[in-house]
Amino acid sequence: MTAHLPVLIVVLPLAAAVIVPLISLASAKAAFAVACLTLAAAAVASCKALSHVLAHGALRYELGGWAPPWGIEYVVDPLSGGVAALIALIAVCVVVYAGPQVNGGSSARGGMFHGLFLLLVTGLLGIVLTGDMFNLYVFLEISSLAAYALLASGGIRGTVATFRYLIVGTIAATFYLLGTGYLYALTGTLNMADMAVRLTAVMDTRAYGVAVVLIVIGLAIKAALFPLHGWLPDAYTYAPAPVTGFIAAVMAKVSAYALFRVLYFVTPAEGASAQALMLLGWVSVIAVLAGSILAMAQQDIRRMLAYSSVGQMGYIVLGFALGTPAALIGSLLHLFGHAVMKGCLFLAVGGIRWRTGIYRISDYAGMGRRMPLTMAAFVVAALAMIGLPPTLGFFSKWYLLSGAVEAGAWLFVIALVLSSLLGIVYFFRVFEFAYLKAPEAGQPTPPRQELPLHMLAPILVLTAAVLVFGLLNQQVVGGIIRHALPGALAP
Amino acid sequence: MWENLSGYLNYWLAAVLLLIGLYGMLGRPNLVKKLMAMNILQVAAILFFIALAEKTGATAPIEVKGLHDVSAYVNPLPHALMLTAIVVGVSTTGVALALLIRIHRHFGTLEEPEILERMRL
Repeated sequence: MTAHLPVLIVVLPLAAAVIVPLISLASAKAAFAVACLTLAAAAVASCKALSHVLAHGALRYELGGWAPPWGIEYVVDPLSGGVAALIALIAVCVVVYAGPQVNGGSSARGGMFHGLFLLLVTGLLGIVLTGDMFNLYVFLEISSLAAYALLASGGIRGTVATFRYLIVGTIAATFYLLGTGYLYALTGTLNMADMAVRLTAVMDTRAYGVAVVLIVIGLAIKAALFPLHGWLPDAYTYAPAPVTGFIAAVMAKVSAYALFRVLYFVTPAEGASAQALMLLGWVSVIAVLAGSILAMAQQDIRRMLAYSSVGQMGYIVLGFALGTPAALIGSLLHLFGHAVMKGCLFLAVGGIRWRTGIYRISDYAGMGRRMPLTMAAFVVAALAMIGLPPTLGFFSKWYLLSGAVEAGAWLFVIALVLSSLLGIVYFFRVFEFAYLKAPEAGQPTPPRQELPLHMLAPILVLTAAVLVFGLLNQQVVGGIIRHALPGALAP
Repeated sequence: MWENLSGYLNYWLAAVLLLIGLYGMLGRPNLVKKLMAMNILQVAAILFFIALAEKTGATAPIEVKGLHDVSAYVNPLPHALMLTAIVVGVSTTGVALALLIRIHRHFGTLEEPEILERMRL
């Protein structure tokens, strides 16, 4: 059973993605139950695979019995297993939040929504688990196609934004594909582990440089790294709440994971990839600051969170660029932490919009009394984003900072601190309206309108995760993330 | 220079198509033209891979009796990969067309500046 776990994690949601829309023709509730159970099974399988890998070493699965490097292999190591578990667990939270009728402003009918959502999860899990460069491209496109359909279900503005994302996303995927073609021409293999061995012999060629540039640009677009983030704010703003909650939480992270996988596990450490990382470092410093400044300028709270995501992607890539063990730990912890925090924030904000129709920050007056639990969750997650101890956000930023100090990159240190201060500014604006400003005089105080339980519970679970994993950060770092570092840096 | 051009003619062709596609996707205001340019971009990537598989004087990778020399057959792997890439391209085009139908129904136009103008109102 354990031997088949790597493929089960991907195949289960894929099979359900086909079956669920069919079941929904008979009963929407049954379709919802199947979707929930499948995602829960995928989550259990990834957690089980992760714990097995941490105890016994990497788990490899040869698809169809073809031995690598000829066949495609799926690899669960502490890095891919950890990210897969993160994706599956957040997917469970989001599908419960969406519920059988898909609350939160999606025009897709329940069964179609759940089918597409399962397909999106399949694609993301596949990107994470595959050990084959071309297979990664296929999963990248599977997840993107499902995401386009889901994002477009949020009304006409969402559709226009999605078309623009589709154009940019296809450019990104084609760049990645071309880069893979160059690497294949150089090495004659598509298997990541095999390619890593063979690339050292050809790392001085110009074709190798071109390959690295193409792949890095492609994945940076997908990860919405400033200044390639243009597609993100509109796409996130107009999508239905559960869709934004999930996509904002994990989709860009998975692209960042792919970037990390290629630059640290496939390409040789010196040469073109080192130069690419240096460039990414400078770009991400600008991303960190620009994202925070643009977030401050927004009136629409969803757009504010979207720009804050652009800044946070900068944090993650910055850690990759610094490359010291502490910085990499910080990056991976932030990848994990930001997924939980941003998922929580977007679900809360989406719930508030679904319940009250309010999405402008200036209309949030009195929200602390109208929806106390949702707002409390928002506050905890926002404080974690700012980086207040003992939340998860504090510890990831702490590791990143100590990594930057270790590397002697003082400019990066300044950027990190400054961006946290800017985070205080734009989140406290929301707090001020929600808790301190009274609703306009003369108007009757709006009644308490808390979200229904199935929407509230996932938000509170994610909020608890922000606090619990913050307190347990030693265990997370020591038990999983340290083992996920590339060979030379692992203990 | 000439040798560089003629020896790698297939690749130059793919590069030219790639640039035409990129220009169309980023530079043209009409959404359908953007979509057509996207297809050109994908064809460029497909031709690039097929060019990789090519060998002078080689035949299709189906075994000919008595011919066991690898250099007598073109490399079948890029073809197999591109079959998948073509499927991906077709699905992307399908999704994009569905989006365009919805946009056209709502705005009655597919010119991006007009759509953006009307969304601002």
